[in-house]
Amino acid sequence: MKFVDEFRNNEYSKKLVEKLNNISKEKMNIMEVCGTHTMSIFRYGIRDVLPSNVNLISGPGCPICVTPQSYIDMALTLCEEEGTIIATFGDMMKVPGKKGSLSKKKSEGADIRIVYSPMDCLEMAKQNPWKKVVFLSVGFETTAPMTAVTAMEAKKRNITNLLFFTAHKIVPPVMNALVKDKDLKIDGFLLPGHVSAIIGTKPFEFLSKDYNISGVVTGFEPLDILQGLITLVSLISKKDYKIENEYKRIVKTDGNSNAEKYLNKAFNIVDSSWRGIGRIPKSGLEFNSEYEDFDALKYFKINYEEYDGSPGCKCGEILKGKIKPTDCQLFKKLCTPENPVGSCMVSSEGTCAAYYRYHKDIT
Amino acid sequence: MSDTITLSHGSGGIQTNKLINELFFKYFNNPILDMMNDAAQIDIDFKKLAFTTDSFVVNPIFFSGGNIGKLAVCGTVNDLAVSGAKPLYLTSAFIIEEGFSIKKLEDIVKSMAEEANKAGVKIVAGDTKVVEKGNADGIFINTSGIGSIYENVNINCANAKVGDVVIINGTLGDHGMTIMCERNELGFKGNLKSDCACLNSLVDVMLEAHEGIHVIRDATRGGVAAVLNEISEFSNVTIAIEENNLPLKEEVKGATEMLGLDPLYIANEGKICVFVEEAYAENVLNSMRKHPLGSDAAIIGKVTEELGKKVYLKTVVGGKRLVDMPSGIQLPRIC
Amino acid sequence: MCLAVPGKVLSLDGDKGIVEIGNIKREVFMHLLSDISVNEYVLVHAGCAIEKVDEEEAKITMDIFKELIENEVC
Repeated sequence: MKFVDEFRNNEYSKKLVEKLNNISKEKMNIMEVCGTHTMSIFRYGIRDVLPSNVNLISGPGCPICVTPQSYIDMALTLCEEEGTIIATFGDMMKVPGKKGSLSKKKSEGADIRIVYSPMDCLEMAKQNPWKKVVFLSVGFETTAPMTAVTAMEAKKRNITNLLFFTAHKIVPPVMNALVKDKDLKIDGFLLPGHVSAIIGTKPFEFLSKDYNISGVVTGFEPLDILQGLITLVSLISKKDYKIENEYKRIVKTDGNSNAEKYLNKAFNIVDSSWRGIGRIPKSGLEFNSEYEDFDALKYFKINYEEYDGSPGCKCGEILKGKIKPTDCQLFKKLCTPENPVGSCMVSSEGTCAAYYRYHKDIT
Repeated sequence: MSDTITLSHGSGGIQTNKLINELFFKYFNNPILDMMNDAAQIDIDFKKLAFTTDSFVVNPIFFSGGNIGKLAVCGTVNDLAVSGAKPLYLTSAFIIEEGFSIKKLEDIVKSMAEEANKAGVKIVAGDTKVVEKGNADGIFINTSGIGSIYENVNINCANAKVGDVVIINGTLGDHGMTIMCERNELGFKGNLKSDCACLNSLVDVMLEAHEGIHVIRDATRGGVAAVLNEISEFSNVTIAIEENNLPLKEEVKGATEMLGLDPLYIANEGKICVFVEEAYAENVLNSMRKHPLGSDAAIIGKVTEELGKKVYLKTVVGGKRLVDMPSGIQLPRIC
Repeated sequence: MCLAVPGKVLSLDGDKGIVEIGNIKREVFMHLLSDISVNEYVLVHAGCAIEKVDEEEAKITMDIFKELIENEVC
């Protein structure tokens, strides 16, 4: 596969590993803020080849993990509305709420369907004119434009039975909250490559300008991650505080202006709750007045109050990178992929799930 | 006969007999079945018997590369073959939902007869039940099978030894990705095709020619990951797999990349993992490659000297990651 | 949060296109890209092309990696 296989080249990756291990002996904390980075790093065994002085922390980059528990419970409530089809990304199916999961609800007979793309909901709505299709739209800036486009297409095609239950969030505000936390000592960030493709690199400049923290926009193939780490470790060791782009084949400094236009056309920025972190101002997206008729909660006249957390669950601290999954008392004992307590274990890219799957017994 | 299956077809009376005679017997004919006894009466001249059963509930019922009937024959034949047995006789029981198309049933039964013929097995007993609409997903099939265990063949899940080489007969994940894409209507168009096939002739070729084969296991649900973990557990060994050596069709690669899935965990229906003593590995590999069902055979790893029961992957960057036992069903992700 | 894969644009039809990824073809929304042509590569996330692959930049990156090997040989 072009633009994939070359960036998994064995020979090059070994050379990059060698280079990475010969830059600095200084102890440093690097955080990656993208669940897809967490997965890639574990998938390619990159932690195994890191220099011992580099501590790689997984931050709140998984939109499933940071969606409050109440979202799942509300989705389950929506299943119970007569004549609804719930359409969702596969990621959400096993996430536990207080009332169970979508997977369990499906096994009880609810009409819940997995889609690869929200655009598939348009056809689903057309084929089921007497039902309401409710799409569970979660995700960061990479995914939110797709929700906006789908809503606009629905308007254009006069599809009136498609609704959205949105919980889109945006990344820079949560990073702002992280770096303000005095307990957290982060020397540099691997910045999310595909979020940056949408918003560009400028929204991350506050890290270097205001906090003397470096950041490198990084892709997701093993060569991308290794190169991103090499550049970041170099910047940190030289105390060179800047934001660099190591994913130039996809990310432009100003991002994708079309995508931003779609976001601005359909959404307002609002305060939002992040599981385990709390309420962060101006960190979420909600349909604006022009598109609010697509809002499922408004349509069904349901009041929605956010809540989250499970007793003993340390997802919040794990998301902030303060502790590792192995520091949580529930990890591997009460909280496993078969019986997850928190989203970090359920979501395939949650830190705990990745740790459990890929790291468990490797010495 | 009507166009669709009705409850009468399962009631044991005239309609049932008509269905059996005009449809099932049209394709499943052999002297044992023709006697229409309540049980098949079979002469055997072997000492040790392999006996297995499997039920098939796949959705969609028809998919690129096969259908539920083909699966039902191949699945049971393969279970016998990888147990070191020559598959001989199958039974076939059908649970059909009222309203199921008789044309579709005929296509399924025809398929089963073709596969059974290819594999050299006879379907010697069967049953048909019909349930009310809504109480089954179209059609469910159970097949049970017996085979005669070859003398002097000792292949067992617990026989893997340090130094053994792990060979697979072809590309990973073809069946599971075909089913997932067709079932969920993911809008993917391509030459995704199930690898569903009876593997007994391939296993025969391997066993006749070679010593040193310690384990043969078919990698069905849970993919290659599940099978390697089972072998690791029963043989008490560590297995290391090389990511660079895993054979994958471009279509499966594309689909798994788009959906965020790992081909090691995706189901197969025509793949075996073989553990061979190192000295014989090259010979076994070559004889597999000469067989149509082994043309893409590849060495994917080996049993290492490390202590403990685990399976890990050596990645393209030279790191290691655990290949755990699969948990739950594989779901597509976008995040 | 951003699983996306590069694919080749096979055809375009207004805001939609057919993209090929590893021999799989799928219809993809092109709304987010204003200047795209057949045979170019786009990054596909959840059925939507979110950016064009800059082939020139990709080549520059690969050349940097190649140099690492060549420097060692020298």
